[in-house]
Amino acid sequence: MIRLDGIQRVFQVGDQAVHALRDIDLSIGAGEYLSIMGPSGSGKSTLLNLIGLLDRPSAGIYRLDGGDVTGLSDEEQARVRRDKIGFVFQFFHLIPRLSAAANIELPLLLAGVPAEQRKTRVAQLIRDFGLAGRETHRPDQLSGGQRQRVAIARATVMEPAVILADEPTGNLDRATGQEVMNILEGLAASGVTLLLVTHDPEIGNRASRKLRMVDGRIVADERASS
Amino acid sequence: MNTADVLRFASFSLAGARTRTLLMVAAMAIGVASVVVLTSLGEGARRYVAGQFSSLGTHLLIVFPGRSETTGNPGMLLGETPRDLTLDDALTLTRSRAIRRIAPLTVGAALVSTHKRSRETPVLGSTAEMLEIRKMSMGQGQFLPGGDPRQALPVCVLGDKVRRELFGNQPAVGEWLRIGDRRFRVIGVLAAQGQSMGFDTDELVIVPVASAQMLFNTSSLFRILIEARGRESIEHAKQDALDILAQRHDGEKDVTVVTQDAILATFDRILRALTLAVAGIAAISLSVAGILIMNVMLIAVSQRRQEIGLLKAIGAAPAQIRMLFFAEAAVLSFAGALAGLVLGFSGSFVIGRIYPVLPSVPPWWAVAAAFGTALVTGILFSVAPARRASRLDPIESLARH
Repeated sequence: MIRLDGIQRVFQVGDQAVHALRDIDLSIGAGEYLSIMGPSGSGKSTLLNLIGLLDRPSAGIYRLDGGDVTGLSDEEQARVRRDKIGFVFQFFHLIPRLSAAANIELPLLLAGVPAEQRKTRVAQLIRDFGLAGRETHRPDQLSGGQRQRVAIARATVMEPAVILADEPTGNLDRATGQEVMNILEGLAASGVTLLLVTHDPEIGNRASRKLRMVDGRIVADERASS
Repeated sequence: MNTADVLRFASFSLAGARTRTLLMVAAMAIGVASVVVLTSLGEGARRYVAGQFSSLGTHLLIVFPGRSETTGNPGMLLGETPRDLTLDDALTLTRSRAIRRIAPLTVGAALVSTHKRSRETPVLGSTAEMLEIRKMSMGQGQFLPGGDPRQALPVCVLGDKVRRELFGNQPAVGEWLRIGDRRFRVIGVLAAQGQSMGFDTDELVIVPVASAQMLFNTSSLFRILIEARGRESIEHAKQDALDILAQRHDGEKDVTVVTQDAILATFDRILRALTLAVAGIAAISLSVAGILIMNVMLIAVSQRRQEIGLLKAIGAAPAQIRMLFFAEAAVLSFAGALAGLVLGFSGSFVIGRIYPVLPSVPPWWAVAAAFGTALVTGILFSVAPARRASRLDPIESLARH
């Protein structure tokens, strides 16, 4: 599903080159549930962004679904992102002036899905994610947990193969975080590949495969024996 | 993403920043409105002049003594004044087949008095044809009688205002009055019609041309009005008039014939240029509005970095981001242009109410141009902001600041 070979990411800060990622070789199968942990600055978010095609590697090859996506143009990458990848962020990133339903609908809108289909798809997700009665609320009228559920609904509305979550519970209290994790794990169980970046070992340890990063390198790669 | 979706999304963004949107719409509206109002004033002036000329009568030519161009003819050096036009000159003109009728014109000012009141009034000497040529209409009685124009009949026709001032509510037709040192009988009163080419016919007294020449002790004419048989014979009539008069003046081409069309065309050109100039000035305010839109859009791009980053993360291509910003600018300019048209049209309506003589209707080309310019400037000036938005780095934009 996802294959990284010799991936490097070097940032130029002033006249100093900062190696955010060094020589990453990683292969992730379809439907895997994988957590990435590590201290701040270890490169875990950079790795996630790279996999999500928001960033380009300085060197190396990234294959998604067998195809090399490293050299794609911005427009082509946007299309891959839209069709295959869903993002969940720590700060939700909902558009404040749009209702919950309209936020969920956005990727469908960008993909040019006809209005009829959009409506049924969004209605379906609102039911699935327990947001019934909240579809016309704007984000500032929703609780943190509800906001993150809207964000997850938005990430899944295109039925992507991969969901990338960057500290999805980082801004939520424990109980709400738990609830959000349940939803994400439910998605993983349904066959979606789930990549989770987190600080919180308790959350990270729930994954079936755990990566540990330090200084831009993967230092541990454990699979839970199940 | 289809057009309707793009426009809906853009409208939502605009509605989300109400003050900003209103300010930009207002700037655009003022630009468009000023184009509409100013051009409608210019166009009004043009139509006013055109109206004045056509009230003079159609297919009209005017002959006056002297030549409009100076050439090295010996008469000038010898201090010879141009030959006067005479009544016989005028009457000979009817020989041309291109000329339907003529009216000789003599003007002067004289004291007009009844036994009670008197006033100084312009006095016009002419013939019965004058009524037709100048498209005047009678209020009471009749106009100057036909017959031999060389005959100095003691009759006169009064303008409406003169009648009021001299006779008040008393009947005027049939009464005698004194013009200068002669007595005339009032045979008619003109209908009130107001200003027409510098002559306020309401303030005129009209007498037969021969009587006027006697009054002012002159044998010359001020002007000869010619009505051509039709629009296409105007040039022909002009040539005939020049030829006939040159023949009568020993081959000397010492008169000038202007056609109403020529005068009208000149005024038309001047006023059209004026309208264009004014429209140009107004267009500057439109481009100022465009620059304002660009500024505010640039600010909007930096304010909405997170949103743009998010759109990119969920799969918006750079072209789509640009399109969204274009659409915003387009919706904005369209709303502004529409508001401007409403403002402009009501403005020119109010002007029309205040100055009823000005037919203040904005010309369609100005309306179309204002609308088009508003849209084009709005969209053109959003190119830079849209490009900036589409090039934002999504990771940086999404970072919490």
